[in-house]
Amino acid sequence: MTSDLVFILLALLTIVPAVWVVFSPNIVHAGFALLFTLFGVAGLYAYMGADFIAVTQMMVYIGGVLVLVLFTVMMTRVPLGKRANYGLDRFVPAGVLSLAVFGLLYKSITSVDWGAGHTEAVPTVAEIGTNFMTNYIFPFEYVSLVLLAAMIGAAILIREEKFSEDEPENGETEVQS
Amino acid sequence: MTIVFDTLAKIGFFFVLIMGLVVVLIWMERKGAAFIQDRTGPNRASIGGVRLAGLVHPVADVFKLLFKEDVAPANRHAALYNLAPWLVMTVAMSTYAVIPFGDYLTVAGRRVPLVAADLSVGLLYVLAIASLATYGVVMAGWASNNKFTFLGGIRATSQMISYEISMGLALMGLVLVFSSLRLTDIVAGQGDLIWGFLPKWGVVVQPLGFILFIVAVFAETNRNPFDLPEGESEIVAGFHLEYSSMKFALFFMAEYAHMVIGASLIATFYFGGYQIPWLPRPLIEANAGLILTLKLIGVALISMMIAMLFFRRAQKEKGKFGDARDREPVLGAGLWVLVAGGALAGLVLKPWTIGPVGADMVASLLQVMAFVAKVVFFAWLFIWVRWTLPRFRYDQLMHLGWKVWLPLGLANLVVTALVMAIV
Repeated sequence: MTSDLVFILLALLTIVPAVWVVFSPNIVHAGFALLFTLFGVAGLYAYMGADFIAVTQMMVYIGGVLVLVLFTVMMTRVPLGKRANYGLDRFVPAGVLSLAVFGLLYKSITSVDWGAGHTEAVPTVAEIGTNFMTNYIFPFEYVSLVLLAAMIGAAILIREEKFSEDEPENGETEVQS
Repeated sequence: MTIVFDTLAKIGFFFVLIMGLVVVLIWMERKGAAFIQDRTGPNRASIGGVRLAGLVHPVADVFKLLFKEDVAPANRHAALYNLAPWLVMTVAMSTYAVIPFGDYLTVAGRRVPLVAADLSVGLLYVLAIASLATYGVVMAGWASNNKFTFLGGIRATSQMISYEISMGLALMGLVLVFSSLRLTDIVAGQGDLIWGFLPKWGVVVQPLGFILFIVAVFAETNRNPFDLPEGESEIVAGFHLEYSSMKFALFFMAEYAHMVIGASLIATFYFGGYQIPWLPRPLIEANAGLILTLKLIGVALISMMIAMLFFRRAQKEKGKFGDARDREPVLGAGLWVLVAGGALAGLVLKPWTIGPVGADMVASLLQVMAFVAKVVFFAWLFIWVRWTLPRFRYDQLMHLGWKVWLPLGLANLVVTALVMAIV
């Protein structure tokens, strides 16, 4: 009974701010609402006994991704006092697309046998780590390669373009070396 | 039902510890700053002429802040503006859920572990909660609708993101050594001895990791030399500029709560948590009577000495002020004599004949006291550093975080892994 109550509270914590994220005209408010949604999702993971994933969700999405999202949103487009206005021309295609995705998800969720029962919570960290280092070493390394590529790309994008301006100086250093 | 009660009791312990330490730390900060700058420090607030060396000031502050008018900017985003101080305070307190403040306590035959939530991913939980701390600050900065507060919020964000990484990397070395993410395991592992004489504290096995971690903790708590989000000389007061009365007090208390938590984390990860070096729990329990007797005698002797110091001052400064202040040294001497008398009165109960139940309690109590003593010491370190070092420039901060601390953290991790693989 109490576990059902916990689930309902967590689900509400996830869904209510999610609705706010979608319908809030203020994009910064939407960002802060997303904080509670992600927190609720982390709570749901913890509720299902996936302690490692719950904490990782908090660390990666709340501590990393969302902070950066808010950071950029605040810097680029802060509608202080003003409200962003979207017309019908955006609502209709977005609505059609969302309904289609919702239908797909609903179909797949209802057709899968999820298995019953709320199992006893056991620590998962050691098992996840062992699996990463043995059975799933290739996907693990592959993902880190993708991240490395993204990091190198970001570093190249933000680099100051010195070469076009200081061409002769560059030539000199090349000769020296 | 008992587990609910146990957890509530532990939360209560931490609430009292944090709130009590916040009050003491504010006093320590003012008196410490005065000591370092060769001043007297706050000594004016008094209750009936008794000043208690400025300890009355935090009480006066509380009353002042409670009864002050709450001035808020007209163009604020009301919901976020009101939520931010609570978020900051809540996040600051919730780290404590996983910090063990003692081994266990036997209550009515049950062994109660002295940690509110012994998570298997406790260390990651600490890091996750630390990253949550950013939100309250950003929310306050943005919702106040002021360019200075906004700058403070932005600074806090980028600073916390930058130092979270080196903090995590420093802790990963510790995880390799103690091979667990559970904080109780890490603390228990620090009770061992290396080569039979050196306590296996985190600072001994991970000296570089300790330096990396302590600097990252300073940056995460937004304390000097990393208090750029406040930066009163550049951005007035940063993110809490537009807050007044009790909302400001919440930010202020959260800063000290963060200090308490930073000190607890340093003590837990690198200084053995509740472990007393060379005195493991079985040894304490076996010699509880002797330890308790010695302790009572020690407390009595030390408080007698302090009382004598006060008494000498009372003799020397007799009639110096000509008002209620003259009574203060006498009062201080009296208080310490009372403490000494209490300790000596304890000896009448024959503490050396203590039974096994009492021995268990003595051991738990000693461990909790060791933990609190370490926390207070590192909290004092925070104050000491704040009044000794100047503030970093923003580019220096970023340079240190990304170009020095991050490579050092990686090097520490790799070298630790290599050593662990060889040994």
